[in-house]
Order: sequence, then C-alpha cells, then structure tokens
Amino acid sequence: MNEEIIRVENLTFEYPDTAVLKNVNFTLYKGDFLGIIGANGAGKSTLIKLILGLLPYDAGRITLFGTELSRVRSRIGYVSQKANSFNSDFPATVLEVVRANLFSSKGLFRRYTKEDNARAEHALALVGMTEYKDKLIGSLSGGQQQRVFIARALVSEPELLLMDEPTVGIDAASVREIMSIIKKLNSGGITMIMTNHDTPALLDAADKLLIFCEHGYEEFVNRSDLSLERVSSILAGKRVHKHG
Amino acid sequence: MDNIFAYSFMLKAFAAAVLIAAAAPCIGLPIVLKRFSAIGDAASHSALGGIAFGLLIGINPIIGAVLFSVAAVFGIEGLRKRFGSYSEIATVIVMSAGIGLTAVLSGFIKNGSANISSFMFGSIVAISDFELILTVILCAVIIGVTLLLYKEIFAITFDEEAAGLCGIPVKAVNFVLMLLTALTVSVASRIVGALMISSLLVIPTAAAMLVSGSYRGTLARSIVFAELFTISGLFISYYFDLRPGGTIVLIGTAVLAAAALLKKRK
Ligand SMILES: Nc1ncnc2c1ncn2[C@@H]1O[C@H](COP(=O)(O)OP(=O)(O)OP(=O)(O)O)[C@@H](O)[C@H]1O
Ligand SMILES: [Mg+2]
Repeated sequence: MNEEIIRVENLTFEYPDTAVLKNVNFTLYKGDFLGIIGANGAGKSTLIKLILGLLPYDAGRITLFGTELSRVRSRIGYVSQKANSFNSDFPATVLEVVRANLFSSKGLFRRYTKEDNARAEHALALVGMTEYKDKLIGSLSGGQQQRVFIARALVSEPELLLMDEPTVGIDAASVREIMSIIKKLNSGGITMIMTNHDTPALLDAADKLLIFCEHGYEEFVNRSDLSLERVSSILAGKRVHKHG
Repeated sequence: MDNIFAYSFMLKAFAAAVLIAAAAPCIGLPIVLKRFSAIGDAASHSALGGIAFGLLIGINPIIGAVLFSVAAVFGIEGLRKRFGSYSEIATVIVMSAGIGLTAVLSGFIKNGSANISSFMFGSIVAISDFELILTVILCAVIIGVTLLLYKEIFAITFDEEAAGLCGIPVKAVNFVLMLLTALTVSVASRIVGALMISSLLVIPTAAAMLVSGSYRGTLARSIVFAELFTISGLFISYYFDLRPGGTIVLIGTAVLAAAALLKKRK
C-alpha cells in the first residue's frame, strides 16, 4: 500500500466573522498531486495555512505522515502566495535566501558549511537557477524569483510541497517551464498540493482536485477523466458524488 | 600637533569608539532591513529618561539608560500588535513618553540640563573606567550574540513566516534582537549622544547597502563604515576642537551622500 502523506478529516475553520471551511475531507498518498481550485476568497490559502499550522483549526483533524505536524515540519516545504513580496532592495544573494531554509537540518547557532552551500546550489539547479546564485534576489525578474522560492522550499528535501499560486504574475512561457519543473519533482516522488487560478495548467499537472464551489461546499475528485467544462460546472455549484 | 594618544582619556575614548562601532551595525542592519530603524530613536529618547533617572537617584546613568530603553523596546513590541499594519505609531508613542519623562525628571536634577545635554550630544572623552568596562561587556554581548544567531537573524529579517516554518524560534530571536537594540542604544548614547544614536545604527548600514551585493557583505561593510566614521570623527574633533558625537554623525552623512550620488551615476 502506498504511504499516506496527509489526511484531512472534517476540517472546519472560520475567521471571526467569515465561515471559510466546513467539513473538508481528503487523503493524499505519496506521489499524489492535488490541485486546489476556487474563486478569490474561497479559502484555498486558508486551507494551506491550516495544514502548515499557521492558523489553528476549529474542528476536525489534519494528520501528516501519520502523526502530528510538529514532528514532521522538516518534511514539508511551502511556497507562499506572497513569497515575492519581500522588500525588493533587501541585500541578500539568491544563495543566502535559499540557504536560510536549511535551519531544520542544522539547528540553532551552527554556522553554514561548504556542504550547506552545495545543498543550496543543488536546489537551485533543480529549478535551473544555478548561474544566478550570487545575484541579489531583488535584481531578478518575478518568474526567476519564484523559481528561487521554489528552490528555497526544496532545499530541505521535503516529501510534501505546498504551493500557493506559485505562478501568479509570471509570463506564459515561464509558467510552462515552472509547471514542468514541478511535474518533474512530482514524478520524482514529492507529493504536491498546489493552488492556481490557471485551471487548464492545474488540470494538466494534478491527478486529484479539490474544488471550492460557489455555494460554499467543496468537492474532492480524482482528476482522471475530468474535462475543463466539467470542472467549471462543479465550480458553479453542480454537485458531483464524492470521490466521483 | 600634539599626540592625541598621550592622554589616557583619549585612549579610553578610542577603545570605546572602536567597540561600539563594531557592535552598532550588528543590530543596525537587521532593524533597518526589518523597516524598524525608528525603534533606535524611541529607545534612545527613553534611554535619556533613564539617564536622568540614574542621575537623580545616584546610579550610573548608563545603567539607568539600559533599564529604560529595555522597557521602551518591549513597550513598543506590546503596543505594536494593537495597531496592526500601522505599527509604527507605537514607536512614536514610546518616543514621546521618553522625551516627556526626560523633561520632567531632569527638572529635579541639580545641574540637570548640563548633565543631560552631555548624554544628548555624547561625551565620549568623559568616559569613566567603570563605563569603559560596561561598554566592553555590552559590546562583547552584542557582537557575540549576533554572530551566534547570524543565520537565524538573517532568516527572520528576510521572511519571518518562512523562518518560523523551518523551525526557527521567531519570537525568541526577535526578543533577543529587541533586547540587544536597547543595549546598543544605551552604550552608544555615551559616544554619539542619544539624539544622534540612529547615526551609528542606520548610516553605516545605509552606506553599506549602497555598495554591497550580499547580506554578509553588507554587514561587513557596515562595520567598516562605522569604524571609519567614529575613528576619523574622533581625530577630527580632537584636532579641530569640535564635539565628537556631532562630528561622527556629520562625517557619516557626508560619506552616505557621496555614496548615494556615486550610485546614481552608475
Ligand atoms: N486575516 C483574515 N481575517 C479575516 N478574514 C480573512 C483573513 N484572511 C482571509 N480572510 C477571509 O477568508 C476567506 C478565505 O480567504 P483565502 O485567503 O483563504 O482565499 P483564497 O481562496 O486563497 O483566495 P485568493 O484566490 O484570492 O488567494 C476570504 O473570504 C477572506 O475574506
Ligand atoms: Mg489565496
């Protein structure tokens, strides 16, 4: 049986005056690629933050690698929707930015070593950014920065990678390249969870979908035979049977 | 010209200046990058209140400064959360409180205004043995801790959320950073004066940012700049009979302006 990576059961969450998630359920196994689709404000980022422990949930349960989050943090990578909203004149090289995520394997006080630099360079190679390692992060284009943030998430060799709109604001050619990098990582065994407003791109990459419908409920479906039209109609609120 | 190092008070002044110039940018860089450099001003104005308090009850003014500036930075941290994304309001409130406190307390001190003004504008050549020892210890702590926490401070300064997710104790490191800011401000009030403290925290960092291509390089260059400003400032102020604190600040701003102009040309 394939290793279970994440199980979400009856997950419910609301902000003080906005109900966001109600009874969300899904399970992913090693190598799965979950695409999350839904309109602005549907709760996609909220779900990702709940999984990461950035928000506390009201009810339900999230099980990661068969245990609780605090014990498996270092096995999870994250590319934030706001990753490239750092101060653009921040004096840091690409390598310094990527290396920062090695903390979990180093611990407090330890200094970076040659091996750490090599690991950061390896992560940059995965996204085709090796030659930019000594450039200032703010001097790169949006798409290049996004690749660097993917590399930063990869440097600690996560088994589960959460990406919140990793291709937003990026030109079509770069989106294709980034998506193909992500697909390659996925076929290498990294379980993926990704939100993206580019539904066709997501349909192409994902094998499971979580669709936030207009009427405030969610559908978890296997992507296998879903057409773009079918997804749109689910989005608009036409129920499918669970796991249909 | 007479020999500047023939006087023991000048030797002490130089020792203190070299140490403070190495320590200040270690804190200056992260607080500037966190867009939090105004905390230096708030802490220093509160330190001034602590100096007045120290003079009033008869403890060493630097110790008074440490107590009050520590209270100030944590006051700011406490208030900040209440104002959400307009958190800089907290800094201004605490700074105003510090100034008010200084004004009231200094009214009770004999010779209050003369004494206080030596801390407002710095009085490094009047530094006592005890203060030099205090400066050595505080600077050693500031430099030692920021080096030990180098990668943690970088990660938090660049992206607090990502730092927290990879397990860095963000709150604890921020706490240490605030504490060190207060310490830095307290010792530096002796050298450049509380009113000009930002000069040592911000100007070397700002100049270094203009000419550096990495975080590490910015830190190294900001220390070099700070040393350059304070040492040349002490020399020039000695031979031209100027106030050292003000001279250091003016040299710093002149170099910064030159660097900014050069950068624009490129
Ligand atoms: N900090 C907050 N406080 C209160 N409500 C919030 C907060 N953050 C988000 N919300 C609300 O929660 C809902 C879900 O937000 P979320 O960011 O998860 O949406 P999303 O699906 O990621 O949207 P987008 O496509 O725009 O990224 C929205 O209605 C939003 O108004
Ligand atoms: Mg979102």
